Amino acid sequence: MRAFSRLLDRLAFTPARNSKLTLLRDYLRQTPDPERGWALAALTGALGFDVAKPAAIRKAIESRMDAQLFALSYDYVGDLAETVALVWPKKTGTNAETDRVEPQLSEVVDTLQSALRHDVQRLLEDWLDALDTDGRWALLKLLTGALRVGVSARLAKQALATLGEVDVAEIEEIWHAQHPPYEDLFAWLEGRSGKPTRAAPGHFRPVMLAQALDESSDLAKYDARDFAAEWKWDGIRIQAVSEGGVKHLFSRTGDEISHSFPDVTAALNFEGVIDGELLVVRNGAIAPFSDLQQRLNRKRPDAKAIAKFPAAIRAYDLLLAGKSDLRTLPFRERRTRLESFVARAKAPGLDLSPLVPFDNWPALAALRANPPAGDARLAEGLMLKRWDSIYESGRPKGPWFKWKRDPHLIDGVLMYAQRGHGKRSSYYSDYTFGVWREDASGERTLTPVGKAYFGFTDEELKALDKFVRDNTTERFGPVRAVRAEGDFGLVLEIAFEGLQRSTRHKSGVAMRFPRISRIRWDKPAREADELATLERMLDARSYG
Amino acid sequence: MTRPEELLRPTPNGLHCAPGDFTIDPVRPVPRAVITHGHGDHARPGHSAVLATRETLAIMAARYGEGFTGAAQPVRYGETSSHNGVEVTLMPAGHVLGSAQIVLRWRGLTAVVSGDYKRRRDPTCAAFEPVPCDVFVSEATFGLPVFRHPDDAGEIAKLLKSVAQFPERAHLVGAYALGKAQRLICLLREAGYDRTIFVHGALATLNALYEAHGVQLGPLAPATAETRDAFAGEIVLAPPDALADRWSRRFADPLPVFASGWMRVRARARQRQVELPLVISDHADWDELTQTFRELHPEQVWLTHGEDQALLRWASLDGITARTLSLVGYSEEEGE
Repeated sequence: MRAFSRLLDRLAFTPARNSKLTLLRDYLRQTPDPERGWALAALTGALGFDVAKPAAIRKAIESRMDAQLFALSYDYVGDLAETVALVWPKKTGTNAETDRVEPQLSEVVDTLQSALRHDVQRLLEDWLDALDTDGRWALLKLLTGALRVGVSARLAKQALATLGEVDVAEIEEIWHAQHPPYEDLFAWLEGRSGKPTRAAPGHFRPVMLAQALDESSDLAKYDARDFAAEWKWDGIRIQAVSEGGVKHLFSRTGDEISHSFPDVTAALNFEGVIDGELLVVRNGAIAPFSDLQQRLNRKRPDAKAIAKFPAAIRAYDLLLAGKSDLRTLPFRERRTRLESFVARAKAPGLDLSPLVPFDNWPALAALRANPPAGDARLAEGLMLKRWDSIYESGRPKGPWFKWKRDPHLIDGVLMYAQRGHGKRSSYYSDYTFGVWREDASGERTLTPVGKAYFGFTDEELKALDKFVRDNTTERFGPVRAVRAEGDFGLVLEIAFEGLQRSTRHKSGVAMRFPRISRIRWDKPAREADELATLERMLDARSYG
Repeated sequence: MTRPEELLRPTPNGLHCAPGDFTIDPVRPVPRAVITHGHGDHARPGHSAVLATRETLAIMAARYGEGFTGAAQPVRYGETSSHNGVEVTLMPAGHVLGSAQIVLRWRGLTAVVSGDYKRRRDPTCAAFEPVPCDVFVSEATFGLPVFRHPDDAGEIAKLLKSVAQFPERAHLVGAYALGKAQRLICLLREAGYDRTIFVHGALATLNALYEAHGVQLGPLAPATAETRDAFAGEIVLAPPDALADRWSRRFADPLPVFASGWMRVRARARQRQVELPLVISDHADWDELTQTFRELHPEQVWLTHGEDQALLRWASLDGITARTLSLVGYSEEEGE
């Protein structure tokens, strides 16, 4: 476990790809089987433990430590696993320290895979007692399934390729048929045996992504006739695979999400691979993202949730039809095939994302600014795809662009600030802002309308943090109330994507993706926007 | 019974001793100052008279020039002087070279103002000596249970392993100019690293001062580069701010390292964009703070700058009377 935890620790702070590769390669070279195989599985997200839940971690620490001291610590650190790793008070007593031997990673994995839920807390406590701080952190991150050390599956494969001095494509080709702890794979890479067999059907194909369009330069550079346009739907990008009886739904990063959408997965009645958007669709009309969110929150939805939030796929592209790989064909060709493929499949919960015909960029810009009634009103914007673009993985510059709708802007006043979590845990980085509301007696007061925690630079964060600390009026745990009056207050220009009525918010409105677009150090607080302005926006934009 | 508040009281200038007519670590110029140690937020220039250890006075003179005070009164550890009936003794605090706890005895009352301190071994300064007292005035920089500094030899081993693993990169180690830098150098020497260590110009004066006080640092050289690749595979020490400064551009693919107790919390390391955080601190960690309170078991613990809430909670659980002094002007940052 120690080598693994040291590796994770270094990876977490190492931004450069080449340095990460060095760390991974050295670890894989110096660590024996099966330890390195389990480490590889953990790094590539192939390990999950159903029995280990954050609740078990909380219980373990509650049994060891004063709740108030823990709460203060957690508030400061902002991450459960890290806090517990740091504060864990080892059991004191006869030989308590010296008797325990640090567990191996493989021991932890084996034990957890066969453990019963009620055994987990005891196992956890024993391991935490035996490990040092880094080891505890690694163990807890492993248990909660969130390593977040910036290693993609792709990078891990690259490290394997470096280790074996083979091309990474050779590893990708067979990757999906390999299983932890990957002893055959290492044997091949170290020249001790032949190459393992190739991938099983039903595997994930790397997704093609779009660059953001730079209106100021790209439109002049490209000819509108070279591009197709379609709406950029506001759901989640997925890949639906149905190959030789194997059906999978993958997120765009290759995570399997079939279990969350059994209805959609079961309905894949075709033989092929579709790239599309997952949406909640009722009677052929799409529902806002917040409805899909209800499904995404559930790992295994019940029948009621499925009926209430029926999910469906809107198809963008066709990567595999029958046995033919279409990825090297131009988009024009793939699109024609997709249209007939979807028509032929007649699958429930599968329809075609329509193309948006246009003559020139200004015409398309007009559509983007003012989409026609219906589903398009809920789109995030437009996608532009070169007719001649092949389907390549990653985010190549040039073939595909996303052209999002302009955000809405309002000026709000900073009212509360909360210390951030993770990277920003010592900064006041989550800002609640309000707008003016006039009550019956004509008095204007601020009412909170949203919370923003990004959109600013590191320098601006420091300045905001200082403003909060210098102008605190009250403290509630990690939250500070900030001086906000007509004559004194900080105005934040907030950009957001959409507005919905909300019964959960006191103001009656909820914003989508609010973020700080500018800090208006210059603007008097009394000149910030009024709630009535937001209400008018709500009325102006009717959904569906 | 003498009330401690008659002897010591927080004021906007710092902790003031009215009967002795002096202020400890004043943040503004005062007629008579007693200084715990040489870090900039504790030792400021412009006081009419300063009482401190010889080492602290030497550090102040090196930083501010010989005229930093009208009258410097050097004392040795354990030496007692009397000020209007208040007996003042300076005892080692184990923080940096010359750092002292100020022991005040007056009308049967003993108060110890510890300044910044640590309990673990440091090859560059005298070890903290516990003094039984009625009132213990303690820093609380790392007064949260999350701050538990590991063994420093293990941290140094991480640095040396990284140097071996990334021979093409210059390891740029951020360390405070007073204390931390010299301690790191000594720890590297103890780990068997005998190559030349390169240092930023801002560290040169204090390195020389430490050597003049008998702390051997081994081969050092200024980090002035002739060629861009000159420092690949080398260890370079610099003040923390220099790591993000244009100064660091002279190094081949620098690998930023920072040695500080704050590096215990990952978010802090990320905020500074440190690639190799080393948890090495000159301040007492949570265990050292609480064990010191238990060991001394004074009538009262007064907490100065830092994180006080958790320590107050701990004290209440452990049956120790503790309160917070609201002193302003001391940095929350470690060291300076």
